[in-house]
Amino acid sequence: MYPIVERRELGKHVVLLRIRAPRIARKQKAGQFVIVRVHDHGERIPLTIAGSDADTITLVIQAIGKTTKLLCALSTGDTILDVVGPLGKPSEVHRYGTVVVIGGGVGTAIAYPTARAMKEAGNEVISIIGGRSRELVILEDEVRAVSNELIVTTDDGSHGRRGLVTNALQEMIDAGRKIDLVLAIGPIPMMKAVAETTRPHGIKTVVSLNPIMVDGTGMCGGCRVLVNGKSQFACVDGPEFDAHQVDFGVLVQRNAMYHHTEKEALRAFDHDPVPDLARAGHVCRLTEQYPEAGSR
Amino acid sequence: MPEQPAHERNQNFLEVNLGLGTEIAKQEALRCLECASPACVEGCPVGVQVKEFVSLILQNRYAEAAAKIREDNVLPAVTGRVCPQEDQCEGACVMGKKFSPLAIGYLERFVADYEQQTGTVNLPQNASPTGKRVAIVGSGPAGLSAAGDLVQKGHAVTVFEALHEIGGVLIYGIPEFRLPKDIVRREVDNLRKMGVEFQTNVVIGQTVTVDELFHEEGYHAVLVATGAGLPQFLNIPGEHLCGVYSANEFLTRVNLMKAYKFPEYDEPVYDCRGKNVAVVGGGNTAMDSIRSALRLGAANAFLVYRRSEAEMPARKEEIKHAKEEGVQFLTLTNPVAFNGDEKGWLKSARCRKMELGPADESGRRRPVPIAGSDYDLPLDMVIIAVGTSGNPLVQSTTPDLKTRPGSYIEADPATLKTSKRGVFAAGDIVTGGATVILAMGAGRKAAKAINEYLTTGVW
Repeated sequence: MYPIVERRELGKHVVLLRIRAPRIARKQKAGQFVIVRVHDHGERIPLTIAGSDADTITLVIQAIGKTTKLLCALSTGDTILDVVGPLGKPSEVHRYGTVVVIGGGVGTAIAYPTARAMKEAGNEVISIIGGRSRELVILEDEVRAVSNELIVTTDDGSHGRRGLVTNALQEMIDAGRKIDLVLAIGPIPMMKAVAETTRPHGIKTVVSLNPIMVDGTGMCGGCRVLVNGKSQFACVDGPEFDAHQVDFGVLVQRNAMYHHTEKEALRAFDHDPVPDLARAGHVCRLTEQYPEAGSR
Repeated sequence: MPEQPAHERNQNFLEVNLGLGTEIAKQEALRCLECASPACVEGCPVGVQVKEFVSLILQNRYAEAAAKIREDNVLPAVTGRVCPQEDQCEGACVMGKKFSPLAIGYLERFVADYEQQTGTVNLPQNASPTGKRVAIVGSGPAGLSAAGDLVQKGHAVTVFEALHEIGGVLIYGIPEFRLPKDIVRREVDNLRKMGVEFQTNVVIGQTVTVDELFHEEGYHAVLVATGAGLPQFLNIPGEHLCGVYSANEFLTRVNLMKAYKFPEYDEPVYDCRGKNVAVVGGGNTAMDSIRSALRLGAANAFLVYRRSEAEMPARKEEIKHAKEEGVQFLTLTNPVAFNGDEKGWLKSARCRKMELGPADESGRRRPVPIAGSDYDLPLDMVIIAVGTSGNPLVQSTTPDLKTRPGSYIEADPATLKTSKRGVFAAGDIVTGGATVILAMGAGRKAAKAINEYLTTGVW
């Protein structure tokens, strides 16, 4: 059992959970992930680690499907049944020179530890973080603190510059700034767009992939991605790959494989979240303080 | 052995074999010739004392019969179900030369089930504590069998498992209808009662390295029993299509994650209802996969195998069960590509007919393609069950551990010692994919060598 020691809302439908997992906390490096199973009927899902201290790891979760919604509904003091990791290879942190770290939406949470590690390794770090609108831009202060320069973009212009993260990147390239490495983490269309932006200029670009996984240890092969025409397992060969070699089309198709069942599970959870919350051992403060509310 | 009727069982995940009743078991036990030097014991990788346990059945002392098996085999209810007895104890039985051999596997299962059902489990006594600690990496058959032997010698034993449940392939791989998970859990509980400590969610090589087990966690010996868990694919075009699974993924979703009970359980699997499903391969894993797909509602279940039925590595009983349940065998057939639609979903397999040529290095006749024989087999889902290789996570963070191609670990055949002092390796991670009982035999062999090492300190 892995207790949640802190819960904080970072933005619209984005929650930060700090979880006690001492072995993982001591071992994890930027870029690695854990597999989480909330309760004994739950599915196993991968979540990239956003940070750690001596005893705890930080996960940043966007409520999209059933399990992420359930995780976001838990509170401090609740427990998660299974957390295993750290899995995958850490980010390759060296002294490259100038590194542009791009985080889109909740991907910013994952880009943040790598940005920090890059800075600590002596790189000039320029961070570009973005979201569709203001409430989807997260961890701005944290990222600023580990960057030499920070650019914030929103699609609707409600915060920072109006436009996409790739517009900001393109401007830097057009201005002739020397870029030695680009690291992009976020939605697949964003990572693909970054890859296409840097490809003509031969700028080394790394993306962190998020295929569907089960065990996370190389056992099932469900997370296989096509890289340079060859099958690679994101859980053990990745999750980070050379963006210019990744077949993003295959990744999009495979990630849609359970679209149907995901929708069904989400509908049931939205209709009545109580059984899942009960399985997760969640104690509802509402029913604790107002017992009559529980007997609806 | 009484069975669920084929047309009923292919609709459910309940056990196929129903077990022997007391009377039939005793009648069968009477057939034992009580040979002076029993060939069956020689044929058993862990040396179960067959003659002794069968004679206890004849004296109505069933629980003691189970305890007699347990002296050599810590998982009698498991091996009574999944061992290939025809190649081992029963294959060696002298009666088999003229008649059918003694049904040793069914008798083993009978006493093990009696013990579990009546709760009269006689667990062996442990020797007094030695103060030595052993870490076992992996909770499959090799790890569990070594744990049972080592704890009896008085060592403190911790078994580390990467998944959230103990049992390795017994839990994620072998389906409920062949090996109910409650049976595995009870056998694991027996080991727990004997003093074995289990830790789930620990990936040795990632969460903790082998060196850390020695230097930070204070273990005196480590046994690597991680199995051959890395799935092999065919490396043909179209393998990234949706609907193409490795047997490991399909079985893990169905068995470990209970996807056959979706939406009661959250993990999904491809909805096979009314669909055309095929498995590629001819081993027990292929049979387990395709019979699971049938139970999930597949309209057509094909087994595609490039050799002929005579060369299939699966147990005879599994082949028979699969056919009875309606699996269609397409032998001497090899897929050369998978075709999909514009959304990336599997639509068909391009298959090539084969014929048998001369024997290859494995002694089996080599399949040779027949020119111009290609055809498309319409399919919605395909499961690749053509073997596995070793999982490299332990080796990649233990640089002084010698390996062989395929990510297998090199170990001395007699002692199972690896190239690294204090580290032993047993089971599929040494030999490549084999059977539950061979892995258990290797676990016992390693336990004996570990005990010697811990007692004498001599490497």
